[in-house]
Amino acid sequence: MWKTIGAPVLNVSNRYGAWHYGGQKMVAINNVELISDRPLEVNLREIAEVKRAWPDRAVVVSAMVESKPETWHDIIRRIQDTGADGIELNYGCPHGMSERGMGSAVGQVPEYCEQITRWVMEVAKIPVIVKLTPNISDIAMPARAAVAAGANAVSLINTLNSIIGVDLDTLEITPNIGGKGGHGGYAGPAVKPIALNMLAALGKDSVVGGSKLPISGMGGISTWRDAAEFLLLGASTLQVCTAVMHYGFRIVEDLCDGLSNWMDEKGFTRVSDVVGRSLHRVSDFNHLDLSFRAVARIDQQKCIRCNLCYVACNDTAHQCIDLIAKDGRVVQPQSYDIQTNGKEEAVNSRPSVYVREEDCVGCRLCYNVCPVEDCIRMIEEPSGRPPVTWGQLSESQREVTEDWEKMQEYRQKMGIHIH
Amino acid sequence: MADIEQRTARADALGELLPPMTRNEAAVEAARCLMCYDAPCTHACPTHIDIPKFIKKIATENLRGSARTILESNLLGATCARVCPVQELCEGACVLGTEHKPIAIGRLQRHAMDFVYAKGTDLFQPGEATGKKVAIIGAGPAGLSCAGELAKRGHSVTLFEKRDLAGGLSTYGIIGLREPAEVARAEVAMVERLGVKLETGKELGTDFTLADLQANFGAVFLGVGLGATPGLGIPGEEYIIDGLEYIEQSKLDAPNLVIGRNVVVIGAGNTAIDCATIAKRLGASQVTMVYRRTEKEMTAYAHEYDFIKREGVSFCFLTQPVRVHAENGMVNSLECLRMSLGPADASGRPSPQPVAGSEFFLPADQVVKAIGQQKPSLASRLKLKTEKGFIQVNSNFETSLPGIYAGGDCIRARGAASTVRAVQDGKLAGHSIHERLVEHG
Ligand SMILES: Cc1cc2nc3c(=O)[nH]c(=O)nc-3n(C[C@H](O)[C@H](O)[C@H](O)COP(=O)(O)OP(=O)(O)OC[C@H]3O[C@@H](n4cnc5c(N)ncnc54)[C@H](O)[C@@H]3O)c2cc1C
Ligand SMILES: Cc1cc2nc3c(=O)[nH]c(=O)nc-3n(C[C@H](O)[C@H](O)[C@H](O)COP(=O)(O)O)c2cc1C
Ligand code: SF4
Ligand code: SF4
Ligand code: SF4
Repeated sequence: MWKTIGAPVLNVSNRYGAWHYGGQKMVAINNVELISDRPLEVNLREIAEVKRAWPDRAVVVSAMVESKPETWHDIIRRIQDTGADGIELNYGCPHGMSERGMGSAVGQVPEYCEQITRWVMEVAKIPVIVKLTPNISDIAMPARAAVAAGANAVSLINTLNSIIGVDLDTLEITPNIGGKGGHGGYAGPAVKPIALNMLAALGKDSVVGGSKLPISGMGGISTWRDAAEFLLLGASTLQVCTAVMHYGFRIVEDLCDGLSNWMDEKGFTRVSDVVGRSLHRVSDFNHLDLSFRAVARIDQQKCIRCNLCYVACNDTAHQCIDLIAKDGRVVQPQSYDIQTNGKEEAVNSRPSVYVREEDCVGCRLCYNVCPVEDCIRMIEEPSGRPPVTWGQLSESQREVTEDWEKMQEYRQKMGIHIH
Repeated sequence: MADIEQRTARADALGELLPPMTRNEAAVEAARCLMCYDAPCTHACPTHIDIPKFIKKIATENLRGSARTILESNLLGATCARVCPVQELCEGACVLGTEHKPIAIGRLQRHAMDFVYAKGTDLFQPGEATGKKVAIIGAGPAGLSCAGELAKRGHSVTLFEKRDLAGGLSTYGIIGLREPAEVARAEVAMVERLGVKLETGKELGTDFTLADLQANFGAVFLGVGLGATPGLGIPGEEYIIDGLEYIEQSKLDAPNLVIGRNVVVIGAGNTAIDCATIAKRLGASQVTMVYRRTEKEMTAYAHEYDFIKREGVSFCFLTQPVRVHAENGMVNSLECLRMSLGPADASGRPSPQPVAGSEFFLPADQVVKAIGQQKPSLASRLKLKTEKGFIQVNSNFETSLPGIYAGGDCIRARGAASTVRAVQDGKLAGHSIHERLVEHG
């Protein structure tokens, strides 16, 4: 993918901010970089050179120009003249370009998306990908516009609007650009869940999903595991930006290697076997089985007694993890004699953590905070109730979904106890 | 007089072993801490510092808050960060110790402590004056901790110390590899800034009596520690150097400390290991530790034993010294007997029995003894009840004489003596004394 070329720009310095969390550098990056600031001629010449040097590799060129038909016609023709294999329309840049009516200013208005894509398709002889902005409430709308205009593929996500932070020494915005700063595009590992959700939303959309248009997925891909998840939710090609900015292109090797090893293990022979394979499991709340029950269980052999599950359940969940002393008594935290100390005493007198399964609501908070792999498991327990979804319930017993008293009666009848 | 080169070489050889953590090292290590709830490290720490809390504060770069968290539980946090046998205490109980590396709690604590001491930040102020007076005897960790706690609560505290410098064994006894004397000095100064009146060169029993104190103070705390190294009772004893003095000189007057070429250290506790370390680091070519029992019965901590083996010191187990041989006032050997282990004695350890006719000579030009410290002699002079020779106290740290409290090594009838336990005693005794003063009006 060739960095976006097009309209003339000037960049600023201190372009990238980063969010570092818990010792992990660059959980997310934010940038106010514009499209390529090298002259258009230089970019076009180099694209042609690259294509000549690596004729067996695909070069897709990203483009963004002012919203006029002639300008778009012109750039598309010039890109085609380089021998490039495809074009991506950047409707996503959320800073700088958007203020000039380009980038996300286009991506946020489905009509503009459709119009510009039509202009492009009028002259395009090579495949055209429409790149979507996530800074929108329903990602399916601009994607439908791309489908309507005859685009060959869509890609997502571009970066999210963000302010990465404020410097507590100088009170300046991070990154500081001559005393000012502002929103920039947010990307990297932290955005992956947002990208996955939007990717799935396209797959599930009747128009976009129904069109079978290929989707190029990106947003937080750093490892082969991330890559596999994007494939499973419907992306058939993948793009990576922040992770290579962090570690260099060498990470691509493990993206491929890890993915093929995983595919071998799972018995998938080609990528197309994987693409979209988990999509049918994506569902609205309305269609989830309310009778499905899982409870937390702690493996006492693996437990290191950090008590993180205890405090999580106790302070912000359902108070159903107990501290049990050696003699079987339930004890309160800090109940040791303060005159005692030393490792033997501290370790030997430490209580164990047990879930009172009858009171566990299966919220899965403890599972998420436990630092030990496979120590807490969510065990599926028969609830003794026939499967039912909220959708079914609101059709068959509407009053239960609208009136608390009826709801209480229904719970009583079904044997649903909430503590 | 030693020349400057030797002076710096010796200072380097006995300088603090562990470097301070850099900001980044501390941040990375702090981020590794899981922040356990009701954490086992906190239970294992005798002063029960809220360890996850202070570590989290390092992670968020709230070093001042971190230091305060430490000092609230342990006023001598800077000393303890360096001298605590963390492998046996907090770090030994860290949940990450089983499969991973435990969190470097001691070094993180030092990071927070160094921050406030380098800045000269005082985190506590003297409390509003209550008009109550307390006398504290002995300016070691127990006395300093008790004095500080009481001063924070507004009591007028006078701290009597028989020696020229305050700090107790932190100043005179703990080798510079673990704690340089300046650290203890800075803590003493901090306690003085809390309003504690320090009177050095003042010994209870010599310069004043208990009756004087009872007449002038509302309560008394004894933090007098233990006595000198006991005698071995063998011929030639006059040639043997007292290990505590050996260490003291290494801290306060290293350039003039005489080190043998072939040094024998009698004993196998932590103090003996410290003596052997000094001898080895200051140039002895051969250092041998002599102990009547075996490796298994040694009282030294396992990590100290590992350390000294790496220093290149050799061991002679099942060996009892019986006589020092000297010629023209110069030691030339230590005569010893082989021992074998018999049935368990009063300490629960197998008792060593001499093997008849097994005499042999260990070549040595310097013999150092480090076989523990004598029980507090003050106890009997003050007619205090004792337990195994230590001052007896109740759960409030009050002795058999009402209003006279005690803590630290002088009451340590059970368990290993350590600085941090002395600090805890001083703190808890301070709380009891405060209650007494407030209740009795
Ligand atoms: C060589 C050595 C190394 C050690 N290393 C460590 C270590 O690495 N880590 C650790 O945790 N612990 C260590 N310890 C143990 C630790 O130093 C002690 O447990 C701790 O110092 C006890 O504190 P304290 O206040 O009870 O007694 P001390 O530190 O002994 O202080 C007692 C003070 O009282 C004064 N005093 C005594 N009698 C009178 C009197 N009549 N009038 C006025 N003042 C008096 C003394 O001069 C002294 O200053 C070591 C001990 C030794 C001997
Ligand atoms: C510094 C930087 C510059 C970017 N420039 C462009 C660009 O010129 N054109 C474009 O379409 N997307 C651009 N993006 C967005 C990325 O292509 C990608 O959509 C986004 O970063 C999410 O993927 P990631 O999490 O792998 O980085 C840029 C991102 C970053 C971090
Ligand atoms: S799943 Fe939720 S309710 Fe159940 S034990 Fe864990 S935290 Fe508590
Ligand atoms: S969080 Fe995991 S390891 Fe920690 S106490 Fe709970 S079950 Fe044990
Ligand atoms: S036990 Fe270890 S991981 Fe847990 S809070 Fe203490 S130092 Fe942190």
